Amino acid sequence: MRSEAAGAPLGLRIAVIGVLLFLHLPFAVIMLYALTTEDASFRFPPPGLTLDWFQVAWNRPDIWAALGLSLRVAGAATAVALALGTLAALAVHRSRFFGREAVSFLLLLPIALPGIVTGIALRSAMGLIGIPFSFWTIVAGHATFCVVVVYNNVLARLRRTAASQVEASMDLGATPMQTFRHVVLPHIATALVAGGMLAFALSFDEVIVTTFTAGQQETLPVWIFSQLTKPRQRPVTNVVAVFVVLSTSIPILLAHLLTREGTRKEP
Amino acid sequence: MRSRRRAFATFFFLRPRLALLALIALPLLWLGVVYLGSLFSLLVQSLFHLDGFTGRVVRRVSLATYGDLFTRANMDIVVRTATMAAAVTVATALLAFPPAYYMARYAPPKIKAALALGILLPLWSSYLVRVYSWKLILAREGVVSWFVERARLTWLLDALLGLPGIGGPSLSVSAIGTFLAFVYVWLPYMILPVAAALERVPPSLLEASSDLGARPAQTFRRVTLPLAFPGLVAGSIFTFSLTLGDFIVPGALGNSSLFIGQAILAHQGTAGNIPLAAAFTVVPMAIMAIYLALAKRLGAFDAL
Repeated sequence: MRSEAAGAPLGLRIAVIGVLLFLHLPFAVIMLYALTTEDASFRFPPPGLTLDWFQVAWNRPDIWAALGLSLRVAGAATAVALALGTLAALAVHRSRFFGREAVSFLLLLPIALPGIVTGIALRSAMGLIGIPFSFWTIVAGHATFCVVVVYNNVLARLRRTAASQVEASMDLGATPMQTFRHVVLPHIATALVAGGMLAFALSFDEVIVTTFTAGQQETLPVWIFSQLTKPRQRPVTNVVAVFVVLSTSIPILLAHLLTREGTRKEP
Repeated sequence: MRSRRRAFATFFFLRPRLALLALIALPLLWLGVVYLGSLFSLLVQSLFHLDGFTGRVVRRVSLATYGDLFTRANMDIVVRTATMAAAVTVATALLAFPPAYYMARYAPPKIKAALALGILLPLWSSYLVRVYSWKLILAREGVVSWFVERARLTWLLDALLGLPGIGGPSLSVSAIGTFLAFVYVWLPYMILPVAAALERVPPSLLEASSDLGARPAQTFRRVTLPLAFPGLVAGSIFTFSLTLGDFIVPGALGNSSLFIGQAILAHQGTAGNIPLAAAFTVVPMAIMAIYLALAKRLGAFDAL
């Protein structure tokens, strides 16, 4: 449809602004509560404001432990997703083969089905075979739904790559590895970074699948969820929440900018 | 070394099937074997059952667990969850329409990009924190109560909370609170497909409609809405499916009445009844399969 900025009815504009406020004001509420001096209830307006909770959170070893685990899991899951997602994208892009649609569908399935299905499925398989909970069971769960993010980003970029460049490289005597390193990789680099950052943000924030594959281990989201039911020092939870919002928004914003730049370069 | 590498390259170049296999083997192994294998093991487990005396899983195929599933209490959980999913889907569809319509029809490119980012950011980030924020907003002494009190509407809020079934001691422990948080977290999933569907409506159709004498409301109802319908169905697949499997929102904001997700969590955890948890998981999968078949029948996918 066509843009007619001047013509938007007032009622529609108000509705749009209302929906946007609805989507974003809760973040402001969390920020506010990270600063409140009241630690026993969620009293509004806060009786006073303080930055003390940031220091308290800084000195809590349980938070550091959860953060460390989350970062390691997200790093490992992103690495697996980058490798598998890129391989799958290259395979689906370069040839038409029997079952190509099925492969795309299979990659999409873990995010199309509710997270709990992935979680309980992995949990039941672990129970059946007798695999104990470990760092790698969390990574396996996360990688399963992160692969598709990398795959989508890389495949979209490959579709915009001119096949003639690859052919020229091969004609000039480059091996497939050389062609990949000097022609394909520079072209998909920003898509890889963007996909990787989205995968990292997804994993860093994930709680549903983690609940089933972590056992007693606590990632940061699992820690936050446990605080919902048995809170101690509520503002500390809010400080952690603010931290999680910021640390997932930044990679998402960067990924958005990177993929946009990719489209602009297009001839 | 160099010649060996070239021989390697030629080998694969002459056998494209093998090259393809080399690329696809690892991803397929992961998703085809680990993931699909897990889904299959879930179905298998749902056919086992828990021995009531020993508390152990009996690995013999029977429908005993499905017998447990179709009891009155468990069916209440299923109906409660499906009703919530339907209500959430309708509410998000209503809320999604204005921003989607504005984005597709009126917004200049820069504002449109900003709006898209403003909707994408909450979709990608901090699902858990966004649920948590509603705990703060809806708390008894929290933001909403304060504004309600200032507006002298406390009686209305109390009346609302007094309603049987959906009320509770405070908004943060009630079905109303659960509903609000669900609408909030899934709204972006509805806005984006609806906006994409509206984007594809050619303006000439709308002009033709008004040239033929339709009032704006008629054009909206007879032209815009039917053309946006596939987008609504696509969005509803997300909102419905996500609500069916969620246990975080009812766990954080609900009362003691369980949702499917919470039941699955409880059965696999402390109860150690993985067969019943597995059978419960088959329910949202079956509901979604019916839903998708219905959507396909309605022709929602043809237009996408």
